Amino acid sequence: MIPAPVDYVRADDADHAVALLAEYGEDAKLLAGGHSLIPLMKLRLASPSVLVDVGRLQDLSYVWDEGDHIAIGALTRHRDLETSDLLREQVPILAHAAALVGDPQVRHRGTLGGTLAHGDPASDLPAVVLALGGTLVARSRRGERTMAAAEFFHGFLETALAEDEMLTEVRVPKVPGAGWSFQKFNRRALDWAIVGVACVRNGTTGIGLVNMASTPVRATSAEEALARGGSIDEAAQVAADGTEPPADLNASSEYRKHLASVLVRRALVEADDRASHGGS
Amino acid sequence: MTVNGTAQQGDVEPRLLLVHYLRDVLGLTGTNVGCDTTSCGACTVLLDGASVKSCTVLAVQADGADVTTVEGLAGPDELHPVQEAFREHHGLQCGFCTPGMVMATVSLLAECPSPTEQDVREGLEGNLCRCTGYHNIVKAVLAAAGAEVPA
Repeated sequence: MIPAPVDYVRADDADHAVALLAEYGEDAKLLAGGHSLIPLMKLRLASPSVLVDVGRLQDLSYVWDEGDHIAIGALTRHRDLETSDLLREQVPILAHAAALVGDPQVRHRGTLGGTLAHGDPASDLPAVVLALGGTLVARSRRGERTMAAAEFFHGFLETALAEDEMLTEVRVPKVPGAGWSFQKFNRRALDWAIVGVACVRNGTTGIGLVNMASTPVRATSAEEALARGGSIDEAAQVAADGTEPPADLNASSEYRKHLASVLVRRALVEADDRASHGGS
Repeated sequence: MTVNGTAQQGDVEPRLLLVHYLRDVLGLTGTNVGCDTTSCGACTVLLDGASVKSCTVLAVQADGADVTTVEGLAGPDELHPVQEAFREHHGLQCGFCTPGMVMATVSLLAECPSPTEQDVREGLEGNLCRCTGYHNIVKAVLAAAGAEVPA
């Protein structure tokens, strides 16, 4: 399969990238690791007229300690998340889940910003960033703005990013010692999750769901049940409330709802077990 | 870009995939196209030392990079240790997945020089063998790492 003809321009740094986006407008697509975009272009489901290659921008590849939170450059690859000592200490769920994305070859190319900006509900890391209550930073020639991850996902493969905006940074709170769990349910190695659950318990509980709606979503009903003092079983029972999971060859919508309940229960049990062992 | 130690220059269409550049432009047909959907790993090559699926990389993305294909592994008189281990332990049946398996193994052992059997199985999860010859492939990888090889 061969993509349709496309023009190609390489950005020198983040500011150059947003200048190019402003210049080319809606015809341009940012190319980071390319592991969501290139398959879509090969299937001709995406046909941008210009690719703005940001894949090798070193100024957006970092994991920094910013005091109360960790700042991660949007072009940090999954492999670098997986092997980051800082993340393993301070936000272990993110390093752990990054190691479960795709396969080693995919993790050598895919980026955190790419997977968030793509907005695929079947991706693992958006659910983790939702569970952590992360903040996203977007830049354009008009300036920079921040938004809560919970406000970022608007529809299937649609996000809050404007045509001229680029996701530049992801901020997640430090949660050393917190309970956490990432449950990825699939049938074969390297498959997407049929359903996945990311859970972080740090006083309050954040739960993100994979493949349970047209966007990455939080399990709001389960979070609220726990906030009211409800038990793990009570939270698990309402895990799929308010979701509209897709039906496909792997699973019906009803089966996904059942899985969400089972996996939220497992995630909460494992998170509490980890918390009782100091979060490790 | 540099391919197997040789500098290569040329103009390509932006949509040209790296695997097609290697096979059709440079004639390096050791890298196979299997699924063409980032799943099977038959097209695995090293891009600056790390395994990638070359069906999902544009040739222009490798501009200036160091690419290694299976043709670049062996010395003039001897096989690469990973190739030798695959030969010794019969880590192949039909051979179609083998170049990708070997390249993924080289990358895996660079990141994890002393893998357990579990590390090997997880480290090769991006490479499919339709002959299901995984048992001997895992043995070969462990042998290449200098580990004790299970019977």
